[in-house]
Amino acid sequence: MAKTSAFGITSFGAYIPRLRLERAAMYEAHKWMAPSLKGLAKGERAFCSWDEDAITMAVEAARDCLLGARAQSIKAVTLASTTLPYADLQNSVIVAGALGLDRNVETSDVTGSQRAGLSRLVEALEAGSDALVVLAERPRTKPASTQEMSYGAGAAAFLLGSQNVIARLLGTAAAAAPFIDHFRAAGAPHDYFWEERWIRDEGYLKIIPEVVGAALKDAAVEIGDISTLVLPLPLKGAAAAVSKKLNFEGKIAASFDDTCGYAGAAHGGLMLASTLETAKPGDRILVVGFGQGATAFALEATDAIETKRGARGVSGALADKVVTKDYLRMLSFYNEIGLEWGMRSEKSGKAALTTLYRSADQLSAFVAGECRACGTIQFPQLAYCVKPECNKPASQFDPHSLVDDAAQVLTFTADWLSYHPAPPLYVGFVQFDNGARLLMEMVDIGPAGIDVGTPLRMVFRIKEPDTARGFNRYFWKATPVTA
Amino acid sequence: MAKGIKDKVAILGMGCSRFGERWDVGTEALLAEAFDEALTDAGIGREQIEAAWFGSCVDAVNVGNSAIPASAALRLDGIPVSRMENMCATGTEALRGAAYAVASGAVDIALAVGAEKLKDTGYGGLPGAYKGTFNDLWLPLGSAPAGFAQLAAGYRAKHGISKEDLKRGMAHVSWKSHQNGALSPKAHLRKPVEMDAILNAPMIAEPLGLYDCCGVSDGAAAAIVTTPEIARALGKKELVTIKAIQLSISSGVETTTNTWDGSHVRNTRNAAKRAYAEAGISNPREELDLIEVHDCFSITELVTMEDLFISEDGRAVSDILDGFYDREGKVPCQIDGGLKCFGHPIGASGLRMAYENYQQLLGRAGKRQLSSPSLGLTHNLGGVPYLGIAAISILGLH
Repeated sequence: MAKTSAFGITSFGAYIPRLRLERAAMYEAHKWMAPSLKGLAKGERAFCSWDEDAITMAVEAARDCLLGARAQSIKAVTLASTTLPYADLQNSVIVAGALGLDRNVETSDVTGSQRAGLSRLVEALEAGSDALVVLAERPRTKPASTQEMSYGAGAAAFLLGSQNVIARLLGTAAAAAPFIDHFRAAGAPHDYFWEERWIRDEGYLKIIPEVVGAALKDAAVEIGDISTLVLPLPLKGAAAAVSKKLNFEGKIAASFDDTCGYAGAAHGGLMLASTLETAKPGDRILVVGFGQGATAFALEATDAIETKRGARGVSGALADKVVTKDYLRMLSFYNEIGLEWGMRSEKSGKAALTTLYRSADQLSAFVAGECRACGTIQFPQLAYCVKPECNKPASQFDPHSLVDDAAQVLTFTADWLSYHPAPPLYVGFVQFDNGARLLMEMVDIGPAGIDVGTPLRMVFRIKEPDTARGFNRYFWKATPVTA
Repeated sequence: MAKGIKDKVAILGMGCSRFGERWDVGTEALLAEAFDEALTDAGIGREQIEAAWFGSCVDAVNVGNSAIPASAALRLDGIPVSRMENMCATGTEALRGAAYAVASGAVDIALAVGAEKLKDTGYGGLPGAYKGTFNDLWLPLGSAPAGFAQLAAGYRAKHGISKEDLKRGMAHVSWKSHQNGALSPKAHLRKPVEMDAILNAPMIAEPLGLYDCCGVSDGAAAAIVTTPEIARALGKKELVTIKAIQLSISSGVETTTNTWDGSHVRNTRNAAKRAYAEAGISNPREELDLIEVHDCFSITELVTMEDLFISEDGRAVSDILDGFYDREGKVPCQIDGGLKCFGHPIGASGLRMAYENYQQLLGRAGKRQLSSPSLGLTHNLGGVPYLGIAAISILGLH
């Protein structure tokens, strides 16, 4: 049955880590034992900094999605990922907090398969509830594996609603099949893979056509009506093979193999967001998610697609990069090698959960207090206004999130003495145009460095991990505005 | 305004341990080394001490918290002993406690003693400070040099000084102190250092290189204070009295509002104004004969010259390069080598600075002796320039 309701995707956003590794650097390190990797040693792959995970990337993609869409109510937030940092601690509640969403929002995590995010997206589209669906992945790949060479990281977010719909659901279908192309046991660091030829021939080429056929039927369209096919498949050439099998002659969506790499459960979201960036009204997009079966759904772009583009989108995220050849840097960030960090790294990262909860109102969405008596915007909010001529009690404060406020470097240094997983630690005063000021960590500094006056934007990151107990505390950091 | 404590408290005796990598002794023995010298200098027995203040900062590598370890180490039996901790102002705070006790008339003779054992950490530099459970959730990590290095960016922006010129000024600060430290038998670092080595040292926190940072040492220092009348009654002829002790602590103005420009230390200026008022000093550039300031990093000493109102704003670099603060200059700074050469055993540093002033004022400074000084200043800076503590004491001949 074709869905003709006015409900659908109203906005989208994306995030790809700024750090990119030249794949040739990985090949150079491994060629002594795996010369066959040469064929994959093209372009760059995205990798997370030590302070980025599925949660932080989800927050950044959602911010990109919500820019200009703040007015819309959000009743539910879902975070989809197979690399969620917590097994029992709802990851999406941290995302909702960082986004400053109402406390009455319904939060949920979905995981367990690389099609988890697309499945949830289509479920939410069918349910017709104002929801934010975020897909994020920080794949951990074994050194010298095909996946290390071809995977990346990233996140995509979709806002659903009934106002200013840019793409609506035409039809959907799914199939469950115990086809195990790869798996990862709970708590295991890496995936285990079966032979690629079998995955392609018995998996992709048989399961996907079955589900696509059912989805087209549900949407009451033919394959020839589809303009773009979104096929997030990590195997080289697999999308083209499936497309041929489907007799599809339209456009196969870009998959950023040479600029980002495969981002697991987030990859289909990134490809869909990228497709929406350039879609025309009336374009029909067929999206497929694969994993122990498949999910397929067809979308149709509305006239409103012309007015709504992601604020940065995939193209903006791909362009915002710092390229490195330091393969060991990536290995260290992903805990694949243990470097000697010295005694200073022995400091306990234990957080007081009581304090964390008490201060969540301030810390989650970076909420300063704006004094009604004197107008001073201040972070942190203590018991009295900081301005000596005022000193009114904090009951006089209105909340003011600094997340999207313009700021620049007031002072800074590059600290080689402190323990920091990505030395040097850039730290300094961030001066907001609105008068607020605080000392912050500055991250993802490119070769151009920073100086007094460099424009900054805020990013949600891991403030400090408690590696002994497996707990991350999150907070905001500053990063140079590029382009 | 209150009259303050000018000339109400005299120094009866002082002591200072040898500073350095004291692998040979623990905090208790360091305390005793300073205490024995102070008792001998004062010419009294420990039973005459009626109250004591013990300063130490870092519990983890010291004797532990409370005053009990110091009381036990020095066998101060049955008297009030207080533990003082206020970061790098700890030593001066201990002196303030003892001085206020005497000035109030609560006791006749009081002891201030401070010690720190930094070389039991296993690495160079200071251990990371614990910020409390709330600040730990948002304040960035960062070493002490990272905090002070930011003054350089702020100072350059304010005064339009090039990186190179500022670095030359900073390098002269360290060069001068190493020259002085060579004449201090109790200093940790006693070799002069060439300017090229200072300028080309490895970076610690930009723009601070290795020689822009003070040493890291173990040490202890002590002062026994009483009233001028009792000091005279005990046979002291030439007296050094306390002219002022003042502190200023951050309330968040620098870190949370946009009123501070990053080029100076507001606390030092606040404490200096009040200290000069208490001591009756109207022109510090002309009246002070020597100063021992908190040269934890070269940039700190450089801006402190302006914050103490000795150099005009924006003129510190030229005064420094002109030799104004050198041994032969108008206001010698760090005549003993400063933190640069003594290192900075936190609880001891303020008292070590007072010890040098005391020795110079009494003409006992040996090869370092200046020509008849009568007024000296100490300055400590705890925490970081924008969120910290400034402590100033002024000592002079009575």
